[in-house]
Amino acid sequence: MKQRVRYYDSAGSRVFDVLNVVLLTGLAIVTVLPLLYVLAGSFATESEISSRPFFLWPHRFVTDTYHYIFSTDTFVRALLTTIAVTAVGTVIQLALTLTMAYPLAKRFLPGRALMLNLVIFTLVFSGGMIPTYLVVRDLGLLDSYWALILPLAINPFYLIVVKSFFQELPEALEEAARIDGCNELNVFLRIVLPLSKPIIATFSLFYAVGIWNDYMSPLLYIDDSKKWTLQMIVRQLTAANADSANVLQQLETVTFPEQGLKFAVVVVATLPILFFYPFLQKHFAKGVLIGSVKE
Amino acid sequence: MATDLVPSQVVPPSAEATPEAPRRKRRPRPVPLWRDLLRYRWLYLLLLPGLVYFVVFKYLPMYGLTIAFKDYVPFLGYSGSEWVGLKHFQELFTGPDFGRLMFNTLLLALLTIVFVFPAPIVVALMLNELRLRVLKRSVQSLIYIPHFLSWTIVASLTYLLFSVDFGVIANWIHGLVGGQKTDYVAQADWFRPLIVLQLLWKQTGWGTIIYLAALAGVDSQLYEAARVDGAGRWRQFWHITLPAIRPTIVVMAILTSGHLMDSGFEQIWLMTTSLNRDVADVFDTFVYYIGITQGSFSYATAVGLFKGVVGVVLIFGSNLLAKRLGQRGLF
Repeated sequence: MKQRVRYYDSAGSRVFDVLNVVLLTGLAIVTVLPLLYVLAGSFATESEISSRPFFLWPHRFVTDTYHYIFSTDTFVRALLTTIAVTAVGTVIQLALTLTMAYPLAKRFLPGRALMLNLVIFTLVFSGGMIPTYLVVRDLGLLDSYWALILPLAINPFYLIVVKSFFQELPEALEEAARIDGCNELNVFLRIVLPLSKPIIATFSLFYAVGIWNDYMSPLLYIDDSKKWTLQMIVRQLTAANADSANVLQQLETVTFPEQGLKFAVVVVATLPILFFYPFLQKHFAKGVLIGSVKE
Repeated sequence: MATDLVPSQVVPPSAEATPEAPRRKRRPRPVPLWRDLLRYRWLYLLLLPGLVYFVVFKYLPMYGLTIAFKDYVPFLGYSGSEWVGLKHFQELFTGPDFGRLMFNTLLLALLTIVFVFPAPIVVALMLNELRLRVLKRSVQSLIYIPHFLSWTIVASLTYLLFSVDFGVIANWIHGLVGGQKTDYVAQADWFRPLIVLQLLWKQTGWGTIIYLAALAGVDSQLYEAARVDGAGRWRQFWHITLPAIRPTIVVMAILTSGHLMDSGFEQIWLMTTSLNRDVADVFDTFVYYIGITQGSFSYATAVGLFKGVVGVVLIFGSNLLAKRLGQRGLF
């Protein structure tokens, strides 16, 4: 087995080690502290938020803010909309990416090089915001949920990664299936897809996070405030000059937790991501993404 | 390559290719297009939806760029609108906004290169020196998180932490420094520092992944050989670790320079207030104001096209430069 070479740790080296541990631990804590504070703040009373400087555990644990935001139509509708758009969008994105990546992985396919170059070119240059907006408008997709999905249906970068993954699959299996009389469609559906579960899991998560987090598309394409997604609501509520009562269209003059609800909406919009984070991490940690960046 | 073979394509070791037949370079008879289409019909069928996507949402907008040279009127359409040549570009270059936009965009890019670009390299190198595996993995798990949060969330967090009324950090600084309360989120002076801070918080951890991957690829025998030769930790770092990630740094630098003109629309947009627009306006957000808010599609497209062309020039230029300097470059 590997023989551990003992070597002298100089004093400087040991000081560095200690310093390194302290600094990196500090960095990790500083990174998550804002999130923990917001989580704690969302369960605190209004007076505690404005009077206590910093806390990770509220003195009085209340859920008023959550009761309040979930009692408003606007917020619930935005949440449900976002969940639906994310679910449908992810399925479409995955389907289009997988079906396009498979033929592009076949080196013998006539015209493959041309199409691959068409894809790669879009990584370097694009029509930009306004021409894309005009295409979406001309298709009649303004104020439609499809505008949040279709313009982003394939991420060219993900497509290339999936294509590289397909190329790595053992050809012998596909070969055997073809000899048994499977056509390419069946080879794809019955042989290739079952072998691709890890990459399907990875990219469904990445696509889902992308749609969930998307702010630019609803900003560009959705005018009707009844169709706003969660990110739009978060933005409207926490902007510097937010008029929370107006955004949530609560006209009754009930007292509502004006500051606390900002904490709560941030938590609700973040939580699904944090929930899926361990799964996300498991896959990208395997290097699925990096391994195939450079072809 | 074996992967290129398909049963129907496997050419039997044919009798025609026997030695006495002179090695004529007979061009294969061109296969009619429909034959290919028929033979690979399933593959082309699978390809079709994706292809339609690229044509409609990627290449149609590129055709739409022609309106940068026209006075686009929705009623007349792309082809019906009148050609005006470089009018919109002239307007952009001679107009009052150009200098300010360029300055803001480039200053943000410069700040990004100086503060944000090196951060993941430094953190990756520090993580690489960490001997406690458990700690290394925990730190990694925590610092990757912000990458997955939306800019909306990041902007909201910034607001919750820095707002005048109840912002924790704002109050904390106020307690230390005293004096008047500062509205960090709204004020122009604090716009750029906050943007850099957000980028550092959101992207540093995630940025380490690519460098850590490069570092993981270093042969551990190199270190052992160096140790046997009496190299201390600093020397190992200087002569083995650092050279190992140099190509990665070059590639990342090329990619970054290709995006000098992209300021991250969502981030800037979300942090723009009525008080800081003078320093906040960049090309990306300007395109939105001009095009979507004011409806000057042609002018906005011209601005976007200018930005896009500069981006292409930058990425090819820096790739060339990297190759001249003896690095491997990106393509």
